[in-house]
This record gives sequence, C-alpha cells and structure tokens, in this order.
Amino acid sequence: MTKQSNNPQVDILRSQLKRVRGLGSSHSGSQAWWAERLTSIALVPLTLWFIASVIGLEGATRADMVAWLHAPVPLVLILCLIVTTFWHMELGLRVVIDDYVHNNAIRIAMLLFQRGLCIIAGLFCVIAVLRLGLWEGGS
Amino acid sequence: MVAFSLPANSRIKQGKTYRAPAGAKRVRTFRIYRWNPDDGANPRMDTYEIDLDTCGPMVLDALIKIKNDVDSTLTFRRSCREGICGSCSMNIDGGNTLACLKPIEDITGAVRITPLPHMAVVKDLVPDLTQAFAQYRAIEPWLKADTPPPPDGERLQSRKERAQIDGLWECILCFCCTAGCPSYWWNGERYLGPAVLLQAYRWIAESRDEATGERLDALNDPFKLYRCHTIMNCTDTCPKGLNPAKAIGAIKQLIIERQV
Ligand code: SF4
Ligand code: SF4
Ligand code: FES
Repeated sequence: MTKQSNNPQVDILRSQLKRVRGLGSSHSGSQAWWAERLTSIALVPLTLWFIASVIGLEGATRADMVAWLHAPVPLVLILCLIVTTFWHMELGLRVVIDDYVHNNAIRIAMLLFQRGLCIIAGLFCVIAVLRLGLWEGGS
Repeated sequence: MVAFSLPANSRIKQGKTYRAPAGAKRVRTFRIYRWNPDDGANPRMDTYEIDLDTCGPMVLDALIKIKNDVDSTLTFRRSCREGICGSCSMNIDGGNTLACLKPIEDITGAVRITPLPHMAVVKDLVPDLTQAFAQYRAIEPWLKADTPPPPDGERLQSRKERAQIDGLWECILCFCCTAGCPSYWWNGERYLGPAVLLQAYRWIAESRDEATGERLDALNDPFKLYRCHTIMNCTDTCPKGLNPAKAIGAIKQLIIERQV
C-alpha cells in the first residue's frame, strides 16, 4: 500500500486548474525564441565568410593577419560573428537548462552562470580582435 | 533533473502467461502492462496468446477478447471503438496510438502494449489525464465574442473561414501526441503540450472568436508555449493524422507577427 502515497494522482479538479495556470503567462519568451532564429540565420553567411577568409589567409604571417584585420570590412564582420555566436550560444544554453534542470534554485544559478560565461568569453574575443585590428601594428 | 531509470517500485517484472486454447491456428502473442494500485506489487508484463480466428482485426478487439474470455481483471478505456472518442489511446508496439484504429496485422512479432508514456497510471492501461484536461480547460476552449450573436440565427462562417480550422477540429483529445512529446515529459507541469496547443490554435484560427490577442497573450510564455522545439514526435504519432507541430509553429508566427 506504500505505492499509493507515491502516486501523483490528483483529487480536486479546481486545484488542478490553479496548478496548470500556475503564475500565469509571463508575456515573454517570443523575443528569445525570435532572437535564436535570427542569430542562427545570421550565423550561416558569417560562418561561411569566416571559413573562406581563414582559407584565404593560409600561410599568412602575423603581420598579414594584422593588416587584414585593419581593413574595416573584416573587422566589422568578425565582430558581428563573435557577438552573434555568443548571443546564440547564450540562448541555446538557456533552452537546454530550462528543458532539463528542474530544481529552480539550481536552474536560476546555472542560467546566471552560463550568461556570465558567455558574456565574458565573448568580451575576451572582442577585445582580442580590437587589439589586433585597432591598436597593434597596422599600416 | 531528468531521471534515466525507473524508481524501484515502478520497475516492470515478468508476469503471468495465458496460453492459447489447444487447436488454435492463428495465434498472436500480446504482452500487456499490468499494474494494480491496490496490491502493492510492482508493474508486470502479462502474456496472452490469442487465436486471431476468434478475434476482431484491431488491437482493441484483442483487448476486449482478453477481458471477456481470458482475464476480466484487465483494465483499459474504450468507448466508440472507431477512433472518435479518444478513450483507447495507449502505447502499442512502441508508438502512441488508438487501439481501435491499430490493425493487429500491422505489427510483427508479439504485440507489446503499455499505457501512454510519462503519465501517472491509474490502473493497467488507464493513464491519469487529469492534468492534461486541466491544461485544456486553462486555454478556455470555447467561443469568446463581444459581438452578440445575431438575433435571428447562429453566428455564421464562410466556407473559406470554415476551412481555416480544418486539421484542427478533428482532434479528439486522445493525448497520444502530448504523451509522446519529450518537452512534455520533462516539463509537463508548465508546458501545455501539443494537444492543448493545437486546441488553442483551433480557437485562434476560428473566424467567429474575438479573443485572438488575449489568447496569444496567454500563450506567450517560455514554458507554456516555447518548450516546443519542433521535435515533431506529436505529428508523427497522431492517430488522426493531424499536425500539432504545425499549429504550434503558427501560434509562434502570429506572436512575432504582431510585434514586427
Ligand atoms: S513538435 Fe513540439 S509539441 Fe510536437 S513533439 Fe516536438 S516539442 Fe512536442
Ligand atoms: S492532435 Fe492527434 S494525437 Fe493529439 S490529441 Fe488530437 S487527435 Fe490525439
Ligand atoms: S475506442 Fe474511441 S477512439 Fe478508440
């Protein structure tokens, strides 16, 4: 008979409605969903461009690299690529955590942690590119 | 967190075997999930051998045959036996479907029958659908209009408007799709699931309903709607051939449409 106490059956229909309504709609979610689609679309040409550029730079010296990054178009595109990648990564990780982590305290901690991680990692990349593209050497 | 193994008291044991009567020619084996809340025992798979010469063609016919002639304790839901009431949804041969629409012929080897996955079990093949029906209630599945109905008749709809709810009105709320949706397995408490979202869209697409914005507001939520990741299990399994994933996509599109 111990079984029954473990059985998540429900007895009162009205409290069920309260339960499924929960705290109501947060009136959000569409933005994150839309941003995830847009960033993934943007990443297709940006990534292709990046791969093509890396192939084009095969055998280049460090000075060639720096000179390439000093041109406005590669610099802007590479910054777009970095921001879009980390933004998309943040949105994607958020989905995974919301899907699979059910303890609210752990979930919120993980959400904050992953967001911080994405921002910091993204900033590192941005600053590295800016250093090469704006401040170092160059012609 | 997601659990990867069943708790000890839910593990399925080998059950009893009921042999076919001597002289039976077309014998098929049915392996059926049994669980009784009153005996404190683990669930088990009972094996029934049925002579198809004495049984109708559908899986539901075999279940009824077992209940009538072999083991009257077998518990399952059914009513219309023609795919209209939505009662007999269960997992047959690994897929959620209606027992009354599933021909035994379609299955090779032993026919394995379990209740709809990831729902609490009331007994044997009967799942507890209380939560799913409460979620259905929560989307307010009825016509909402401020305009009073015409005094001389019912609210009319053109043929074109009527066609907009094709593929939606046919849903019989069997919850095969919801019980097959991984997002519902992990977050069923907060995610509404494909059946209820398809029904929500049925009222959004309804030309006589005037609460579209309000309905979209209520769905714009990371858990209620956006747990759907278009995995398409729902569409794959729907025994009525409907496409809940498409209806969910349409809801998402409308929510974006009103903000861009
Ligand atoms: S498409 Fe959406 S509703 Fe359908 S099974 Fe996948 S996640 Fe569930
Ligand atoms: S959409 Fe199909 S599977 Fe889902 S509840 Fe309706 S009829 Fe059943
Ligand atoms: S008995 Fe009604 S749908 Fe199967």
